[in-house]
Amino acid sequence: TACTTQTQTQIDRDPKQPGAMAGEKGLVLLDFWVSPFGQRVRIALAEKGLPYEYAEEDLMAGKSDRLLRANPVHKKIPVLLHDGRPVNESLIILQYLEDAFPDAPALLPSDPYARAQARFWADYVDKKVYDCGSRLWKLKGEPQAQARAEMLDILKTLDGALGDKPFFGGDKFGFVDAAFAPFTAWFHSYERYGEFSLPEVAPKIAAWAKRCGERESVAKSLYSPDKVYDFIGLLKKKYGIE
Amino acid sequence: MAGGDDLKLLGAWPSPFVTRVKLALALKGLSYEDVEEDLYKKSELLLKSNPVHKKIPVLIHNGAPVCESMIILQYIDEVFASTGPSLLPADPYERAIARFWVAYVDDKLVAPWRQWLRGKTEEEKSEGKKQAFAAVGVLEGALRECSKGGGFFGGDGVGLVDVALGGVLSWMKVTEALSGDKIFDAAKTPLLAAWVERFIELDAAKAALPDVGRLLEFAKAREAAAAASKDEFND
Repeated sequence: TACTTQTQTQIDRDPKQPGAMAGEKGLVLLDFWVSPFGQRVRIALAEKGLPYEYAEEDLMAGKSDRLLRANPVHKKIPVLLHDGRPVNESLIILQYLEDAFPDAPALLPSDPYARAQARFWADYVDKKVYDCGSRLWKLKGEPQAQARAEMLDILKTLDGALGDKPFFGGDKFGFVDAAFAPFTAWFHSYERYGEFSLPEVAPKIAAWAKRCGERESVAKSLYSPDKVYDFIGLLKKKYGIE
Repeated sequence: MAGGDDLKLLGAWPSPFVTRVKLALALKGLSYEDVEEDLYKKSELLLKSNPVHKKIPVLIHNGAPVCESMIILQYIDEVFASTGPSLLPADPYERAIARFWVAYVDDKLVAPWRQWLRGKTEEEKSEGKKQAFAAVGVLEGALRECSKGGGFFGGDGVGLVDVALGGVLSWMKVTEALSGDKIFDAAKTPLLAAWVERFIELDAAKAALPDVGRLLEFAKAREAAAAASKDEFND
C-alpha cells in the first residue's frame, strides 16, 4: 500500500507561548510512518475529509524539539496540533475531532449507550493488542507461549464483538474500526511470530480486515504487512533481541 | 431525574474505581441501587454484565450494562446532561485536556501506586512509589493550568479529572498511613494538598468516599493474608 511522503517543516517558534506554535493555522499531525496509533488519526482525518499537514518524526533518530514541546509529558506521537495547540493520545485526538468538527462525518454514534460501547471496545483494543503483540515478538519460550495464548483470546473476543456486522460501528465504519484498523497491518507479523492463522482463529476479523483495506482512508494510511514485519525486525535489532 | 430510570451499580466498597462512579452519581444527585459484589464469588449478574473483564464497577441502566469507570462517568454525563453539573466542559479543546489528564491519572499515578502498595518485590514497590510521586509532581502543574484560578481541575466546579483523582483519595490516605510518606505534601505540592482538603469536604465526597479507618483495616487484613499465603509456599 502506498503512503504519502512526509516533509519536515521548519516553523517559527514563539517562546512566549510554550504549547502553541506561533503562526500555524490548521491541522498538523506529528507522527511516525508505521505507528498504528498515528495511523488511527490519519484514518480519522481522511474519513472526515479534513485537510492536514503530515510531519514525520524520525523516532529512530530521536525526538524533535517540536515534539518535546508539543507533548512534554509523554514525548510521544501522535500529536495533533490544531491552530498550534497540541492534542495528545490517539483516542483522545479522535474524540477531539468529533467535538471540534461536528459538521464532518462522525465516527462515534450519537446514542450515549452506543457511544459507551464504542469507547469500551476502543479501550479494549488499546489495552490489549499492541502490548500483547509486542510480547509476541520480543519474548521466547514460555512467556512467548503465554503471549500467544493471550493474543488468540484477544482476537477471538474481538471476533465475537464484531459478530455479523460489517464494521464494529455497524453498517458504518466507526470509532472502533478506526482504532483497530491500523493493527490489520500487524496481523501478518502476529501470525508469523505466534504461528497461527487469523482466518482460522478469528474469521470475522480476517474478513473485516479485508473490508477495511478496501477503504481509501485505511489503504492510504497503512503500510504493507511485509513492511511492518521488516520494521519489527529493525526494532529487535535495536533492542538487541535475537 | 428522568422518569423510569433504573440505575444499579455493581461494585465493591473498597474499589477506587467504584468510588469514582459513586462520586459522579452523587454529584448528579442520581439515586441508584448499590449492589455489593463478593469479588471472590462474583455474581451471575456481574459475569453476564461484564463478560470481557469480569470486573467492577458496572453501571446497569434500565438493564443495559456499562463497564470501565471512566466510560461510565462519560456515559452518566451524557445521559443525564440536564441533571446536576457537567463533568466535561463544552469546549472541545478543554475536553481533550480533561481526557488527557484522566488517562494520566490512571496510567501514571494509579497504576504505579498499586504496584507500590501490592508489588511482589521490594524493587517493584520502590519503583512504583518513585513513579507515583513523580506523577503527583506533574499533576500539581496540571492543576495549576486546569483550575484557572478556580479550586478544581474542572475550574470553578468539579470535573472529570477531579472525580478520577478524587476516587482514589481514601486509598492515598491509607497508603500514607501504611508507609509513613506524605503523598500530597503541602510543602511540595501546595495546590494539590489544598485540593484534597477542598474535595473531601464536598457532599458528594462525604457520601461516596470509603471511610479511611475502615479501608485501613481492610488493607492491613489483605496484606496479612497475602503474607500468610506466601509463608505457605516458603515452608
